[in-house]
Amino acid sequence: MKLTGAQALIKSLEMEQVEVMFGLPGGAILPVYDPLIDSSIRHILVRHEQGAGHMASGYAHATGRPGVAMVTSGPAATNIVTPLCDAYMDSIPVVVITGQVAYSVIGTDAFQEADTVGITMPVTKHNWLISDAQDIPRVVREAFHVATTGRPGPVLIDLPKDVANAPMEWYWPEKVDMPGYKPNVKGHPRQIKDAAKLINEARRPVIYAGGGIMLANASNELRALAELTGLPAVTTLMGRGALPDEHPLCLGMPGMHGNFTAVTAMQKADLLITLGARFDDRVTGKVSTFAPDAKVIHVDIDPAELGKVRLADVPIVGDLRTVIDEMIKALKSERSKQDPPDLAPWLATIHDWQERYPLKYRQEEGGPLKPQFVIESLRDNTPDDCILVSGVGQHQMWASQLWKFKLPNTWVNSGGLGTMGYAVPAAVGAKVGRPDRMVWAIDGDGCFQMTAQELVTAASERIPVKIAILNNAYLGMVRQWQELFYEERYSEVYLSPDLPDYVKWAEAMGCVGMRVDTADDVVATIEKANEIDDRPVVIDFRTDWREKVYPMVAAGSSNDDIILGPEFGEGGR
Amino acid sequence: MTLAASPHHILTVTVENKPGVLSRVAGLFSRRAFNIVSLAVSPTDDERFSRMTIVVDAESAPLEQVVKQLNKLIPVIKITEVPPAEGVERELMLVIVKAAAETRGQVTELTAIFEAKIVDVGYDAMTIMVVGEPEKLDAFSDLVKPFGIVELQRTGRIALPKLARESTRLRSVKTARA
Ligand SMILES: Cc1ncc(C[n+]2csc(CCOP(=O)(O)OP(=O)(O)O)c2C)c(N)n1
Ligand SMILES: [Mg+2]
Repeated sequence: MKLTGAQALIKSLEMEQVEVMFGLPGGAILPVYDPLIDSSIRHILVRHEQGAGHMASGYAHATGRPGVAMVTSGPAATNIVTPLCDAYMDSIPVVVITGQVAYSVIGTDAFQEADTVGITMPVTKHNWLISDAQDIPRVVREAFHVATTGRPGPVLIDLPKDVANAPMEWYWPEKVDMPGYKPNVKGHPRQIKDAAKLINEARRPVIYAGGGIMLANASNELRALAELTGLPAVTTLMGRGALPDEHPLCLGMPGMHGNFTAVTAMQKADLLITLGARFDDRVTGKVSTFAPDAKVIHVDIDPAELGKVRLADVPIVGDLRTVIDEMIKALKSERSKQDPPDLAPWLATIHDWQERYPLKYRQEEGGPLKPQFVIESLRDNTPDDCILVSGVGQHQMWASQLWKFKLPNTWVNSGGLGTMGYAVPAAVGAKVGRPDRMVWAIDGDGCFQMTAQELVTAASERIPVKIAILNNAYLGMVRQWQELFYEERYSEVYLSPDLPDYVKWAEAMGCVGMRVDTADDVVATIEKANEIDDRPVVIDFRTDWREKVYPMVAAGSSNDDIILGPEFGEGGR
Repeated sequence: MTLAASPHHILTVTVENKPGVLSRVAGLFSRRAFNIVSLAVSPTDDERFSRMTIVVDAESAPLEQVVKQLNKLIPVIKITEVPPAEGVERELMLVIVKAAAETRGQVTELTAIFEAKIVDVGYDAMTIMVVGEPEKLDAFSDLVKPFGIVELQRTGRIALPKLARESTRLRSVKTARA
């Protein structure tokens, strides 16, 4: 069967079971948009290519399947660099297709030519420039394989216009043959045995669970491991929901804005069982003083993560699901030979911390609306399987701290890159992937202004996402740093509570817009928003701009120097 | 300390012979802040692959990280570490040395001692080719410096493991790709 390169591309995407893609056409990708009309693939027309990239990522977060975006060359390709970098940092499987100028004119500074492959090399797991239409099915097959296996990540296919127009003979490769790409999935049995031994000897063990649990679909295994011996577990910003927050062994989020118990349990641990986490500086604080007494078991599918920041006593390369399973077996056999130490004193210490140092804030009667109160009200008035998306800043930290995640893949946020503007498009992508779920985004007023136009996309495609803007009239997180570390010298952080008018803006974009100024109106407005299912909703919550995120470990400080905040009295230490 | 003698690792990397591979490798080194001392790329007897000999500054990064990160590049097929003490290293240098009539004899003599070769001669300068261990090239350029070096180019080293006589010391480090 003879096809054009463009037809072969669409057909290849169909072969990969792509149901939806996010994109925006232009000159160089025009040939591919024509066969798209006759395809089963749903295309969602974005208003900015950054939106397409984050939608693909939100889709992948919520479904576990790769998200696909397609844009044209030059400025469109550069517009999608941020989402690629974002997905790269968080290991999210995303496939981006870019148009390129004709292969015959590459290198001549042709109209809308950009070295897309060169620009995106450091922010993709791999990328391809196709020079021959005959290669298209093979490259698409390889691209999806690379994006979704091993440590997942974004990939990019750059397709020159003349190649898209060229004829090819259709085929579909039976299998992928990439001699330089063979991810290891099975952990080394000796190492697993050593890990089990360490766990069985530990007196103060902590499971350090990261986003890898979600990527490996290993939350059941994680839970089984924790419950087998009563191991307490922290869940990182990317790992929130890996173990339900209401599980007695779940300690919540560690790190710069983690709760006291999660941070301190890691600090005092004698063993860190690190599962799909990467010792990010936002978790470790000053590395040289991080968890000084802890031995480290580190399981990751990416060998390069082992020993990158913290040397592991037992490094294990492999897929978390199989490795944890094997670890449970090894631990059972270890325990049949030798009784483990009693963990009760350790768990008692942990419970004591939890009681003494909870997350605290005060919503005063008639006082300014506290952002934490909004988040808790949202949490308590949404279904258990609600997908929560967030932007980047104070609102993100409060959301992650206070939400009670009950299921994996219900938390969609930008962890590694911290991309403002992530929430709105990622929420759209998540809702497209899981139309059966309620999708709420908690966004900042600063973040919202970066990508709000994707609500036009959502309104026109009837994608009923719900956005809660925690409008503190500031680039709040930056303001917090200036208050604490720059002697309250505020430099370029004031936005405005009412410029823009978020309600009118929402309405102009085809959404329902509502405003809440007082605590009394919060729940009723949320309930009203929950009822709306035919268009997006935006709620402008006017929150107290003075509120700061606590606890906090100042950048570069030791986690021992965690600051609890004013609710805990003088200095909050 | 001269470049050749500074602590370094030598990696022999087999890569797919495809466009952009050099850029991927170079990009990785700069992004991860690994320093390259020298880099030589050459074809192999199999046209699908090329060989890169990369000399890495041992102080800029732990070798293990360099190898693991390189391994993640899809066109990288195989990485072999040649510990400096266990490899045969060679490099080639072309150097134009001032050699007016009164000093020409001395330069020629040095050339002979180093078993180097005069490959071009002008009125008051000569181009000399030196092949050998990088340290030898360092020594030669030091010795001719007083005469005046007009231009100097080096290829960067290539290396192969010493042949095993008692034991195989060549360490293949591409372990993650079982
Ligand atoms: C694209 C981008 N630019 C700048 C920053 C730096 N930054 C981090 S948080 C923040 C403030 C976010 O403000 P807002 O969305 O209002 O959230 P808030 O902190 O007030 O909750 C800024 C500017 C960033 N993370 N991303
Ligand atoms: Mg704000």
